[in-house]
Amino acid sequence: MTVIPGSRRRAKAGGGIRGGEAVAGWLFTAPMMIILGLFLFIPIVMALYVSFTNWNGNGSPFNGGTNAEWVGTSNYTSLFTQDGLKRANFMQSLNNNFWYVLFVVPLQTAVSFFLALIVSNRFLKGKGFFRTAFYFPSVTSSIAISVVFLFLFANSGAVNAVLSAVGIKGPAWFSDSRGLFHIVLGWFGAGDNPGWGQGLVLGRSVWDWFAGPSVAMCVVIILAVWTTTGTFMLMFLAALQDVPVEVEEAAMLDGATGWQKLRHVTIPMLKPAFFLVTTLGLIGTWQLFDQIYVMGKGAPANTTLTPAYLSYKQSFTSLQYGSGAAMSFIVFVLIVVLTAFQRWLMRDKDIKPRRRFGRAAAVGVATQGTGTGGVR
Amino acid sequence: MNQRTKGWKLTLFYVILVAFAVIYLYPFLIQTATSFKSNASATDNPLSLVPNPLDLSTWKRIFGIGGDTSLPIMRWLTNSVVVTVVITAARVFLDSMAGYALSRLRFRGRGFLFSTVLAVMSVPGVALLIPKFLMVNYLGIYDSYTAMVLPLVVDAAGVFIMKQFFDSVPVSIEEAARIDGAGVFRTFWSVVLPMARPALITLTILSFQGSWNEFTHFLVTTQSPELKTLVTGLASLASGDLGAGSQYPLKLGAALLTTIPVAALFFAFQRYFVSGANEGAEKG
Repeated sequence: MTVIPGSRRRAKAGGGIRGGEAVAGWLFTAPMMIILGLFLFIPIVMALYVSFTNWNGNGSPFNGGTNAEWVGTSNYTSLFTQDGLKRANFMQSLNNNFWYVLFVVPLQTAVSFFLALIVSNRFLKGKGFFRTAFYFPSVTSSIAISVVFLFLFANSGAVNAVLSAVGIKGPAWFSDSRGLFHIVLGWFGAGDNPGWGQGLVLGRSVWDWFAGPSVAMCVVIILAVWTTTGTFMLMFLAALQDVPVEVEEAAMLDGATGWQKLRHVTIPMLKPAFFLVTTLGLIGTWQLFDQIYVMGKGAPANTTLTPAYLSYKQSFTSLQYGSGAAMSFIVFVLIVVLTAFQRWLMRDKDIKPRRRFGRAAAVGVATQGTGTGGVR
Repeated sequence: MNQRTKGWKLTLFYVILVAFAVIYLYPFLIQTATSFKSNASATDNPLSLVPNPLDLSTWKRIFGIGGDTSLPIMRWLTNSVVVTVVITAARVFLDSMAGYALSRLRFRGRGFLFSTVLAVMSVPGVALLIPKFLMVNYLGIYDSYTAMVLPLVVDAAGVFIMKQFFDSVPVSIEEAARIDGAGVFRTFWSVVLPMARPALITLTILSFQGSWNEFTHFLVTTQSPELKTLVTGLASLASGDLGAGSQYPLKLGAALLTTIPVAALFFAFQRYFVSGANEGAEKG
């Protein structure tokens, strides 16, 4: 997506005295083309075909017959129109993942920006240590981290030990399927499943749609924020270094307070970084899979089920590859559409698109500078 | 970033940073300590960092000392090492070749190829589980080392990083070599690659980290226990497929073993990690 200025221009300019360059070019890129073609493009087409069949895992999916009958678009349409367990699960997984995204993306953006602001203070000592500490969880295996969180949030685990030390009885995190909003509503005496929540939307009651993330899902949300803030903090740090000192000084001379400077100078100038972080966040959060696989596989009561995990389970456990593939293509389209929508939402009318991409790319280049000069 | 940050403010900043550092690092300390505890003391004192009494049974079991071979963790470790080394070596070589061609060599279709690389980077990986399984199955290599390694020997992000790098270095030196009559591959191998050391180190680290931590690809392309890596083995151990119950010290010990190589790499080559993370950022 990044535009690299010059590459095309250079291709056209220059002399043609060097023979064999075209052949070498194709030879050098041949392994890449073969692997990407064989294990990416062709498989996607294959999966698209399978999503129009009811292949059950027996025999070849491409020969038709009773094992893989052509069923048209019914794998897609039944997910939305056909009442039953499959639709109920799929809608619940979308619902769960929606709450997850709604909590994780703003939280990870806010926390990483906050940490970057503090770490970038030029009078602070030990920046390298803090940067390392915050970034470390990002480089470790998602599976290993999930195992650690299974222990931390166990009934007799570290988190509940801390909570009981301050007099709070912690919940049974991984077996509590109550939605966060339901719990809060319960405090204000709103009854369980009131009249206004009875209506069904896509086979799921309004009350259930607005349950919020379950207590178990909250652990996954905390895990996600904890593991991703380090990476995003580095991006913000790079962007902060990119803010010209003159601009800051001008704001100071105009008598802006720290808060005003942040609100009217720093944050607007970091718009490309915010765009980058929220886009990457949005793409990542809709693909929640590894953590779910380790932390309960959708339990309790399917409240941590995600479309990504459901599509896997539908294919490899229930052996309904057709509808599993259909689900994964729906997630695929959802991610593409959301990213496009966000790009449209954050579009900057004053700045030409080319400039905006230029800034976003500059963030990366500048961070590279931080990388070589900063962390010691 | 005022000219002078007031003293109390700076103190507040330190307090905040230290609090966050505790939140970010303490879980790893608990993990390490717990792997030296017995099952009972792990849940009795989940916060303590001093294993009392010191219990080495977890690590004995992990290293297969004492005859208990019910969990072939050493086998998982061997698989992880072999698969990671092969994938990393292949990736560094093939990615830099492709990146070099996309940056330097003139041939028809180069622009198109590069746009394809960019498009590939934006494909959500989770949509590829079933596709990969279908192809691996179709080729008859399901449940083999070939299926684990071959699809991962090239990655678009690595090609992108190398192309960006070659775009940023001047061509003059290679041109001198070419004028002296060296062929394209010869120039690439003995002039270009040695110059590209920083980018190659970054790519090596990212590839190592990526393939060591890889989970979903191995999950859908293998099934036999002999092919489990540390990550897939740990996942089945933790999710209860191996019927291990809640043996927290064992699970945390295995998770620690999975974390150590990447952690060591991280502390040794921190600055490359950082630049790599932000190379990845550019694709946004």
